[in-house]
Amino acid sequence: MTTDVNTRVPVREQDAEVRAHNFEEVCYGYNEEEAVCESTRCLTCKNAQCVKGCPVAIDIPAFIEQVKNENFEEAYQIISRSSSLPAVCGRVCPQETQCEGKCIRGIKGDPVSIGKLERFVADWAREHGIRPEGPSGKNGKKVAVIGSGPAGLTCAGDLARLGYDVTIFEALHEPGGVLVYGIPEFRLPKEDVVLKEIDNVKGLGVKIETNVVIGKTVSIDELIDDEGFDAVFIGSGAGLPKFMNIPGEQAGGVFSANEYLTRSNLMKAFKEESDTPIYRGRKVAVVGGGNVAMDAARTALRLGAEVHIVYRRSEEELPARVEEVHHAKEEGIIFDLLTNPVEILADESGWVSGMKCIRMELGEPDASGRRRPVEIPGSEFTMEVDAVIMSLGTSPNPLISSTTEGLEVNKWKCIVADEENGATSKEGVYAGGDAVTGAATVILAMGAGKAAAKGIDEYLRAK
Amino acid sequence: MYKIVKKRVLNEAICLMDVEAKRCAAHCKPGQFVIVRTDEGAERIPLTICDYDAEKGIVTIVFQVVGAGTLRMFRMEEGEYLHDFTGPLGKPSELTDESTESLKSKKILFVAGGLGTAPVYPQVKYLHELGVDADVIVGAKTKDILIMEDEMKAVAGNLYITTDDGSYGRSGMVTKVISDLYDEGKKYDLCVAIGPMIMMKFVCKLTKELGLPTIVSMNPIMVDGTGMCGACRLIVGDEVKFACVDGPEFDGFLVDFDQAMKRQNLYKTEEGRKYLLEQEKETHHGGCGQCD
Ligand SMILES: Cc1cc2nc3c(=O)[nH]c(=O)nc-3n(C[C@H](O)[C@H](O)[C@H](O)COP(=O)(O)OP(=O)(O)OC[C@H]3O[C@@H](n4cnc5c(N)ncnc54)[C@H](O)[C@@H]3O)c2cc1C
Ligand SMILES: Cc1cc2nc3c(=O)[nH]c(=O)nc-3n(C[C@H](O)[C@H](O)[C@H](O)COP(=O)(O)OP(=O)(O)OC[C@H]3O[C@@H](n4cnc5c(N)ncnc54)[C@H](O)[C@@H]3O)c2cc1C
Ligand code: SF4
Ligand code: SF4
Ligand code: FES
Repeated sequence: MTTDVNTRVPVREQDAEVRAHNFEEVCYGYNEEEAVCESTRCLTCKNAQCVKGCPVAIDIPAFIEQVKNENFEEAYQIISRSSSLPAVCGRVCPQETQCEGKCIRGIKGDPVSIGKLERFVADWAREHGIRPEGPSGKNGKKVAVIGSGPAGLTCAGDLARLGYDVTIFEALHEPGGVLVYGIPEFRLPKEDVVLKEIDNVKGLGVKIETNVVIGKTVSIDELIDDEGFDAVFIGSGAGLPKFMNIPGEQAGGVFSANEYLTRSNLMKAFKEESDTPIYRGRKVAVVGGGNVAMDAARTALRLGAEVHIVYRRSEEELPARVEEVHHAKEEGIIFDLLTNPVEILADESGWVSGMKCIRMELGEPDASGRRRPVEIPGSEFTMEVDAVIMSLGTSPNPLISSTTEGLEVNKWKCIVADEENGATSKEGVYAGGDAVTGAATVILAMGAGKAAAKGIDEYLRAK
Repeated sequence: MYKIVKKRVLNEAICLMDVEAKRCAAHCKPGQFVIVRTDEGAERIPLTICDYDAEKGIVTIVFQVVGAGTLRMFRMEEGEYLHDFTGPLGKPSELTDESTESLKSKKILFVAGGLGTAPVYPQVKYLHELGVDADVIVGAKTKDILIMEDEMKAVAGNLYITTDDGSYGRSGMVTKVISDLYDEGKKYDLCVAIGPMIMMKFVCKLTKELGLPTIVSMNPIMVDGTGMCGACRLIVGDEVKFACVDGPEFDGFLVDFDQAMKRQNLYKTEEGRKYLLEQEKETHHGGCGQCD
């Protein structure tokens, strides 16, 4: 296999027309030959810029070097020292703005496919039964981790490696957070990838107790006072969905993206044998333009609907990853841009029959620097739809903050925590991930979990 | 895994179970609920906590078979394990926040419709243990589907039982009993009504006329029960509320029942379809009021 040094080795994908009708993974990833070939494009920079773009600072040149040498096991151990979920990040990180965005190769040509290489190494390790190195010994101290999303799993994994006795408490019946209930199977396989990475964390000695809603089933103070935990990490995410508050939003057939995706992913409603039903619309409108909107749209498409993304700004402002928008278009999702819903119409039984929208145009830039969309008077029109999925973002759930005395939150209900070490206003309590930042990314949540693990270790050593 | 330590079939479609769930039992209060999954891959079923014993670590649920999930649970036996049992969820009844003195100074009326008897029970029991005897109206379609009469008798002040068809107790709907009591000169300071939405709606209509503040317990469709999906949203006083975290109890005068009933029924077609499919060859039990 030969390539031009400025062009990345292309990755094989499932054909768009075929995958629009199934839930199997879209991207096949590299095989050994392709991975080694791509790895030779890396210049093994001394002062590697790519590492600065990675929130968990994976030693990228070192692991890629080992791929070059075809020593995949060593490559895996290098990645594992910085990341507990490489098979996940290799698939869902917005690499174009992180590691790959900084790669020196990107100046003249394509940046090195760091994400795809990371995924290859993690998949190879899993297929060959290689696990991350475990802790060297136990130190007898107990830490509770709330939430089993990427922030919680990372914090737990790191603390276990340092010898702590860690228990994760998860509200749902399955661990994984957004990785299991939000991001769909076709982008992130659950059994083969997510569960296996969770097993690796368990393999480090981390216990996971599901069905425990902190703040309801037991409080943080009780964990510390009655159950003997020396420190607590809160990684409870930002799961509270927003609605638009327009007329008709209570109609049947109007879902939050969280409900739609949870039914499909966590409850496996896309499989025929599942008990939990999902509405397979004929014509579905997804309101919003982020990753979550793309996932909801592509799920509805696979369930057999004609799907429209309705977004009030233009294509340039779409907050979703470029790759996701590209995949969505290939699969046949229709983009109704510069369009905003004003009312949802229902038939006499109360089910959605249409959505009244208004056309927008871009005006002056707003506080975020993006041009503000303004309504074009008199441009209202009605889209005929039988389901509407609202994907307008989420905010942190107040369950924990409202039941924990002395825990400071800001006006968006995000927990206030130190960026360096995750410390909150309450002694011994640390926090990170979406619960602190609001909805962000997997790798930022992991970075925060990592920082907090270090913070907790320092705190408990000094205590 | 959560062990079923006791199972009692109350009538052909309603069943009581004592489940071992230590953490939940240690923290639950009247008015809260749990979410149950019978096995891997099953639906998440919200059920009100009907009794609890913190010392023994036991939570009691009473449920009615209305679909695939509840049917599967009905078929489980003592000694078997429920796969998941999460709780307590939702806010405790506001009564649990009040001081005993304040509660003693009030005349409280509970109105339970059908299966609603089960969730009313722990509240009446809670008051009884504080030395407050509340009056209770229990309504059922007919004598055969009346549940928990003896338990309720033991904790209630005056217990008024009524059946729609007059086969037991007084005759007529619960709203008729409320009117009759007021006609007899009784007066209350607070009413707590739990039952089918349609019953709660009509109770509120009447109590509003009587100037009797009324709390209701809503049971919309839920998925996670932790505030994550928004499936359980209701309109309460022109605001959107999530029943699983803001409720399930609300000021009955502020709830938009028509909207709530529409939302609940809409899912009927979709969710009920599966059940009917599975049930086609079996005898349909009837009487649950869920199937038209
Ligand atoms: C549909 C979708 C697609 C996305 N796509 C991408 C993508 O492609 N790339 C990317 O980088 N990011 C993506 N994201 C964002 C990313 O998934 C999140 O930023 C990340 O998962 C946040 O991690 P976290 O650990 O902070 O929280 P979460 O993953 O939300 O995990 C929090 C966990 O805590 C649990 N919990 C909450 N409250 C309690 C409580 N009181 N007690 C016990 N447990 C509790 C929750 O049940 C949950 O399991 C996507 C998000 C969604 C919803
Ligand atoms: C907070 C709360 C407390 C509840 N407490 C109790 C209780 O103590 N005992 C009890 O028997 N039931 C209770 N319910 C209702 C119970 O959750 C449903 O009957 C159950 O989920 C049906 O599950 P299924 O799989 O058997 O039926 P499905 O197959 O899901 O549905 C069958 C039929 O049941 C109806 N249904 C589905 N979900 C609900 C729901 N959440 N509420 C009402 N009807 C529904 C559908 O419209 C459909 O017609 C409660 C619900 C909530 C939200
Ligand atoms: S974890 Fe994400 S940002 Fe870091 S190297 Fe891997 S893909 Fe890049
Ligand atoms: S910046 Fe690019 S070329 Fe340099 S080490 Fe990182 S991946 Fe390799
Ligand atoms: S059940 Fe999901 S938010 Fe209430």
